[in-house]
Order: sequence, then C-alpha cells, then structure tokens
Amino acid sequence: MMEVGLAGPLLQVEDIHKSFGELEVLKGVDMTLDRGHKTAIVGPSGCGKSTMLRCINYMERPTSGHIHLDGELFGETRSGDRYTPMNEKELARQRAHVGMVFQGFYLWPHLNARDNVAIGPMKVRGLGKAEANELAEAMLEKVHMSHKIDEFPERLSGGQQQRVAIARALAQQPKLMLFDEPTSALDPELIGEVLNVILELAEEGRSMVLVTHEIRFAREVADHVIFLHDGVIVEEGPPKQVIDKPQHERLRAFLRQIVEH
Amino acid sequence: MIEDFKGFLAVYVENWSDWGPQIYEAVWVTIQLTIASFSLALVLGLLLALGKLSRIGFLRGFCTAYIEVARGIPALAILFLLYFGLVPLGIVFDAFTAGAIGLGMSAAGYIAEVFRAGIQAIHKGQREAALAVGMTPLMTFRYIILPQAIRIILPPMLNMAIILLKDTSICSLISTDELMLRAKDLAMMSFLPMHLFLLAGAIYFCLSWPLSLITRRVETMMQRGRRQTFGG
Ligand SMILES: Nc1ncnc2c1ncn2[C@@H]1O[C@H](COP(=O)(O)OP(=O)(O)O)[C@@H](O)[C@H]1O
Ligand SMILES: [Mg+2]
Repeated sequence: MMEVGLAGPLLQVEDIHKSFGELEVLKGVDMTLDRGHKTAIVGPSGCGKSTMLRCINYMERPTSGHIHLDGELFGETRSGDRYTPMNEKELARQRAHVGMVFQGFYLWPHLNARDNVAIGPMKVRGLGKAEANELAEAMLEKVHMSHKIDEFPERLSGGQQQRVAIARALAQQPKLMLFDEPTSALDPELIGEVLNVILELAEEGRSMVLVTHEIRFAREVADHVIFLHDGVIVEEGPPKQVIDKPQHERLRAFLRQIVEH
Repeated sequence: MIEDFKGFLAVYVENWSDWGPQIYEAVWVTIQLTIASFSLALVLGLLLALGKLSRIGFLRGFCTAYIEVARGIPALAILFLLYFGLVPLGIVFDAFTAGAIGLGMSAAGYIAEVFRAGIQAIHKGQREAALAVGMTPLMTFRYIILPQAIRIILPPMLNMAIILLKDTSICSLISTDELMLRAKDLAMMSFLPMHLFLLAGAIYFCLSWPLSLITRRVETMMQRGRRQTFGG
C-alpha cells in the first residue's frame, strides 16, 4: 500500500480508457491535480470531456486505468496487482468526497432548496435534521441563495438552480469539486452569477476540475488547462500558454471557433 | 308508469330484511378481496418492476416474462388454476385465498408496468445527482426516485384499483362468497334477477365512483404540482 497522504497530489488519473461498446471515447488520459489547484478541460463537443469527468468519480467505470483520490485508490480495491471493482456501497462512501455539478443542474424537484442541500448530509453522513439544516443554510448563503431557501426548484431561475446545486455539492464538504459545463444550459444573462460563485470558491483554495466553454473564465480561474480532442490530451499547460499561444492546429481551430461564437 | 316504478321499488323494501344482511356481508367480502389482491399486486408489481429494470440479466428476464405472461392470460384462467388446478398436487386454497392471490398475481403484471413507466419517467440525471452526493442506490431509490415516481404513478394506480374492484366479481366463478355470487344466488332463489343484478351493479358503482373522483382530483393536483426541473 502506497501511503501518499497529504504529501502527494490530490487526484491522479492514470491512463484512463473508456469505451461504450465499439466506440472508444477516452484513449488513455492522464492527469494530476494538486491540492488547491484548478484544472480546466476544454475541447470540442463530443471529445469526451464529460466522460472523463464522470470517470473521475466513477459515475462511469473506466474500461481500464485507475483513479487515485487523496492517495486512495478510487472505485476499486487492489491486492497485489489484481484490481477488483468496489461494490456500490463502498463506492458511495468514496463519492461523498467528490462534489459534482452538472450541466443540467438536476435539483430534486420534490424538495425545496434547503432540503436539496440538507438531504445528502442527513442520509449519507447521518447528520441530525437541525445540524443538516444549519449546514444547508450556511452553504446556501455561500452561493447567495439565502433569500430562496424555502423555494422549490421549479420556482427558481436556471442560474439560481445551478447555485443551489453548487451548495448541494459544497455540503458534502468535498475534497474535490467537479464542474461539467455548469453554465452551458443558462441564458447568457444568468451565466455571470454562476461564474462568480465558482470564482469565489476557487479563491477559497478549493481543488476543482472544470469543464467549460467559457475560455475567458477558464483563463481567469484555472492554473492548468487541458485540451482534449478525440479522447486524447492534445495540449496542456498553464492557461497563458495553452490559450494565448496554442501550438496545435486543432487547438487553434477550436479557439477560433469559440471566439467567433 | 310511475306506479310500475313504485311497485318495482316496493320489492326491495319487502325483501330487504332477507337480502340486506346477506348483501352487506357480501359487500364486505368484495372490499376485503379488493384490498387483499391490490396489496399483493402492489408489492409484487413493485418487485417485478425493479427486477425488470435491474442490471442482473436472469432477474430481468424472469420479471419481463412474468409480466408478459400475467398480462397475456385471463385472470379467470389463473383463478381456475389456483383453485382447481393445484388440487392434484395437494395444494388446496379456500375460495377467498385463491381469489385474492389469483387476482393479485394477475394485476401485478399491469401494476409492474405502471411502476416501471413511473420510475423510467424520472430523468437519469436525478439518480446521478443522488449518487454523486454519496447516496447508495437504495437511498437514491427511497429518497429521490420513488417520491417523484409516486406523483406519476398515483393516478394510473387508482385506476387499477377501480378495475380490480370490479374484477373481484369473477371470483364468483370459483365460489368466493362475494357480492356477485351472492346476488346471483339470491336472484335464483327469489326469481328476481333484474332487481338483484341492478342492485349489485349499483353497489359496484357506489364503491368505485368515489375512487374515480379521487383519481380525477389527484390527476389535476399532479398537473398543477411541481414538474421536473430544467434538464429533465
Ligand atoms: N452512456 C453512453 N453510451 C454511449 N455513448 C456515450 C455515452 N456517453 C457518452 N457517449 C459518447 O461518447 C462521446 C463523448 O461524449 P461526452 O464525454 O459527453 O463528450 P463531451 O462532454 O466532450 O461533449 C460522444 O460521442 C457520446 O455520444
Ligand atoms: Mg459534455
């Protein structure tokens, strides 16, 4: 057993492959994320960004390759050089350390904002109702949604729903936050409020992996940018390098297309 | 004409001391039969639906096959099989038990499909969001999927209860002592079939009408109720 603990990187993605039937979507992806760092993943639609993010918390089981979170093997157990997939219960325990924010928000429509945030800590970590509510209120305040705490999702705008979804992930007190195009489903005038919240979280020193088409935002918030194309990392590095001085023609074409948009 | 009608009604008044207690007793059996078979169908139907949606191949196959078969053969065939057909094997049910189990097994096929449709109508993002916060699949089903599915499922489920209530009448053919059989027996003894079958029909209607009203109320409530959030 390798003891990495606080010394090693927070997240290690090791040669991940993922196929859906015949279609190979990820063709060997590696990445490392240190504590407090932020990596942005960019790339054309369908290149495997979501799949990569979903492999990190085992929402999809990689076809091959391994994930380590905080020095611990994720989604599998290892004895010698044999890897065995975890059962759903063990997996759930690990997933609780990773917050995920989806493009489509996916708030639970039968629960109000407070309960959307509180139910996870209550059921997963066994917090009492009062304690969970207190936590939910604090998290909703962080995303500036205290004024809508009793509202049901259908009465919230897209931007507000996404902020509640971020509060829900924060309530997990996660080691790592994953954002999958958190503003792509929003009307343009609502994008800013969500990006602001994410920026505030970044400034708190949270570790995050962020898939986004907001290139300007990626440059501002990320310390590392990965350009994914056809399931492989074509180019990566600090944003000033990748975004301002792209080397590969495919990346240049992609950036041109985004700017025109 | 009016005199005829008065005369017609008078027959009920005349015979009520004889019919009343018997009808009352039989109605109670019909209600019990409905509740018992519906409860069985609900439990069995939910399990079948979960089985059909499961990732385990043989379980999925078994449940799918059960649902198809249960929907493909008449409830009466199942009743006859349970009541008469198992006797050679030494399995003997009384008429009420055979009726409740047979109707329940038959209705479970339909109810499984209602559950399945309700569960599948919930966007998969709902489930993923729950798994992402660290809920187990069981917690996800219990706290996230089922509460939402219930809203979709409730109106068709109440409809199934109405159908089942009326279908209990076929248990008369295996001599379950419910409303239909009692009405038929009284009709034969009294030579007043029109009176008795009209009465039976009126009672079935009085039992199912409130259920229909509730169903309609629930339907409008659900339509006004909260819909899926964006991304659904
Ligand atoms: N569950 C799935 N089953 C089959 N194909 C999938 C599945 N999820 C994603 N894909 C396919 O994988 C490719 C990459 O998808 P995705 O990771 O969502 O791309 P991106 O997020 O970069 O737009 C697409 O061609 C998509 O159709
Ligand atoms: Mg995507």
